[in-house]
Amino acid sequence: MTVSEKDVEQLAFFSRLDLTAEDKAAYTKSLNTILDYLAMLKELDTGAVEPAAHVLPVKNVFREDSLRQGLERELALANAPEVEEGAFVVPRIV
Amino acid sequence: MSRYEAVIGLEVHVELKTETKLFCGCSTEFGQAPNTQVCPVCLGLPGSTGVLNKKVVELAARAGLALNCKIGAYTWFDRKNYYYPDLPKGFQISQVFRPIAYQGYLDIEVDGRDKRINITRAHIEEDPGKLVHSSGSIMTSSSSFVDYNRSGMPLIEIVSEPELRSGAEAKAYLEKLKAILEYTGVSDVKMEQGSLRCDANVSVRPAGTAALGTKTEIKNMNSFRAVQRAIEYEVDRQIDVLEDGDRVVQETRAWDENKGITMSMRSKENPDYRCFIEQEVSPIELSDEWIEDLRVTIPELPDARRKRLVAEHGLPAYDAGVITSSLSLAEFFDATLEKFPDAKKISNWIMGELLRLLNARGMELGESKITPAGLASLLKLIEKGSISNKIGKEVFEAMFQEGKEPAQIVKEKGLSQISDEGQLTQIIAEVIDKNPKSVADFQSGKEQAIGFLVGQVMKATRGQANPGVVNAMLREKLAE
Ligand SMILES: [Zn+2]
Repeated sequence: MTVSEKDVEQLAFFSRLDLTAEDKAAYTKSLNTILDYLAMLKELDTGAVEPAAHVLPVKNVFREDSLRQGLERELALANAPEVEEGAFVVPRIV
Repeated sequence: MSRYEAVIGLEVHVELKTETKLFCGCSTEFGQAPNTQVCPVCLGLPGSTGVLNKKVVELAARAGLALNCKIGAYTWFDRKNYYYPDLPKGFQISQVFRPIAYQGYLDIEVDGRDKRINITRAHIEEDPGKLVHSSGSIMTSSSSFVDYNRSGMPLIEIVSEPELRSGAEAKAYLEKLKAILEYTGVSDVKMEQGSLRCDANVSVRPAGTAALGTKTEIKNMNSFRAVQRAIEYEVDRQIDVLEDGDRVVQETRAWDENKGITMSMRSKENPDYRCFIEQEVSPIELSDEWIEDLRVTIPELPDARRKRLVAEHGLPAYDAGVITSSLSLAEFFDATLEKFPDAKKISNWIMGELLRLLNARGMELGESKITPAGLASLLKLIEKGSISNKIGKEVFEAMFQEGKEPAQIVKEKGLSQISDEGQLTQIIAEVIDKNPKSVADFQSGKEQAIGFLVGQVMKATRGQANPGVVNAMLREKLAE
């Protein structure tokens, strides 16, 4: 599997990144290097192996359903570029 | 028969009844001021990590069991990546690859026919925040307000197989789903508060063919009735498109309740969510023992309860269906029956007066002041003949509003039925005196004239006389 510059553009769009032509070329090259490296995993038969849901052998880490004090509204909104009526204001998006 | 067949699948989002959110301890209470139930986790602030709410796992598994699903022994969460201002992290934590519940079903009945609708899956996910559009409409505002109180609230999304064939079947499915979730205590299932939301995938195909047509997704339906209407509209629209030789466009459409139509919202080009396993929340492993322990706590469900009301109390199937469609109503019925052992009478009052008043006022049973003990006392008063059925309805309404004892209301309002013959004799004599024409009519064989005279006596007693007694006494007097 290889990625093209077009794939990188698409990825950049998904991540809202603005890449220059040099960036695109560089990332295409390095992503392909990584994919080549990982391709060796394909030589293994993993048909009977469960997907790794977690890198560490943990499970059932739960908390009880009890209330915890959150942030004061002023603090929650402190970094908002614009605030109105206690809400974050964003450009209209349909 | 239509030459086309509708293929409908529903995606229902249900908010789970927990105190706190899915991954943080913020409150899930409805209707609070914007951004007052938030913390670094549900605001997606860098460096924050949530921990899974144990109650969510229990409630989701409960819902799955009640919907006859298999419960995943080993499941986990995944990230669904997309950008939208209501999603502070830029991804939604959901169960994409391994839902906690899968392969279930529920049974519906439409037009006297039973049908089983298979459920593909029910998975846990977090709710996004809420966008409020400044000028009231999404199309005309220049900016949107974001309230993250809802961000991170625990949901299950229940996905049906595309086995529904009409708007009426979709409505029946939703009613049954709502009842089951209410019975099991999984959710408040209040559509008006957004704790139950439904999207419909709709396509049509020539009857008798197997290939699926192009589907549209319908959103913005705020009642079960709206779901039915929206689907019916959309099916007709798609058939018209095909009949005109055009193609249905795959898109998301919004239901406009006032205009009664669906309108294109956005084209849906199969978004790439780039899903991958969420590493910051631990996987869930449920033992068979845990699942079986949970299974025995599932209460009697609507279908079983309906059958029991028919078998044990001889209720008509229709009555039993209405009463068991909501747990609170079914419990009200059972509690009344303990104090007044006439099931059909109770059912008549529940389906007549109680539901009429609740619907007329848009209220939930719990918001009215009527109690099962109160209704039982009222029915006893009517049975004893202390008040008529008609006056009973008046008393019922007062109980519904004020919650007083029926006997007290009867006394306060002077509604007690006049069965004292002495008092009635006098009133009857007056009525006969004042209406010589009707008396003559009756005596010359015009049977219907008695009805007028009874009416006059009832009027004079402000409806408090027993009409049967009045009728008998009048006939006796006029025969003299
Ligand atoms: Zn929070």
